[in-house]
Amino acid sequence: MAAEAHAPTASEYIVHHLQHLQNIKQKSVIDLSVVNYDSVIVSVVVGVLGLFFFWLAARKATSGVPGRWQAAVEMMVEMVDTQAKATIHNAQSRKVIAPLALTVFVWIFLMNAMDLLPVDLLPVIWAQIYGAAGHDPSHAYLRVVPTADLSTTLGLSVSVLILCLIYSVKIKGLGGWLHELVTAPFGTSKNPLFALILGVVNLFMQIIEYVAKTVSHGMRLFGNMYAGELVFMLIALMGGAAALSLSGVLLPLGHIIAGSIWAIFHILIITLQAFIFMMLTLIYLGQAHEAH
Amino acid sequence: MENILGLVALGCGLIVGLGAIGASIGIGLMGGKFLEASARQPELINELQTKMFILAGLIDAAFLIGVAIALLFAFANPFVLA
Repeated sequence: MAAEAHAPTASEYIVHHLQHLQNIKQKSVIDLSVVNYDSVIVSVVVGVLGLFFFWLAARKATSGVPGRWQAAVEMMVEMVDTQAKATIHNAQSRKVIAPLALTVFVWIFLMNAMDLLPVDLLPVIWAQIYGAAGHDPSHAYLRVVPTADLSTTLGLSVSVLILCLIYSVKIKGLGGWLHELVTAPFGTSKNPLFALILGVVNLFMQIIEYVAKTVSHGMRLFGNMYAGELVFMLIALMGGAAALSLSGVLLPLGHIIAGSIWAIFHILIITLQAFIFMMLTLIYLGQAHEAH
Repeated sequence: MENILGLVALGCGLIVGLGAIGASIGIGLMGGKFLEASARQPELINELQTKMFILAGLIDAAFLIGVAIALLFAFANPFVLA
């Protein structure tokens, strides 16, 4: 054991894995100058891959007997289309929103699916490259799952919020939307004094609603993926702990069993969370179409 | 220092445990109602199933966010560094 100068402890291992590959170190909770290169690169790469495979399906599409992949894509498109029809009753905006929902679903699913790669696979490869480039490999940070990064998920949910605002103005008109901001949810009054008070309260409630919607939308996806990633790391540590003790001979077995169970459960979670993110996008955009 | 460590460990246990209680009660209530409703009106099963999965994800999310925070406290404790 003496040869290994710095075999990391459990805490060090986890902290190392929770460090992003970024341009500067994050100093405060909100720091807009930080760019997490790993999240950006991985999300763009899986996005381009998804586009490529869907393009393949579209290029070879036949009206005859569809191949397996074409059938799968058709099922996905139809599923999203059904959900979009159920929540958004405006055929004109559905032309934009239904493809958007499909994009959100597939992209988030692919980003979540990065969680199913072995936790140490890409970080170790990256450490080798980083070491080969003449840097210290123990400072090679990489987080593989883009949706386990709060910046990505909040970025997505803020984009949905902006779309909601755009559609509110587009459907109801600027005046109609502003009118709704001060009259919903409590209505207004004939008496000017009460109307003013109710207007302030209504505006306050609307702002809270928008903020809560957006934050919970992003936090939900982030929390699920982050917890999943952490549990995968703990399982990885369980196998690693076997090397340190004699009594831990059975731990690799536990590692395999626990890893399989959690990975199978995680297939459900990543699909469900991508689906929920898509559904909530549709529901929020549907709300933007409804006049009170 | 040891005080903080112990309290944080207790806190992590409470976060995960209480969160699990809440999520289990929620999922149990919802699953029970879903079975009841689909026994009464089997033609609604498909429609209800979609909604049930959405709600299952929503209920699960609060618990899993709690687990994530608890695990973060357990391994990269921000209170000790400060």
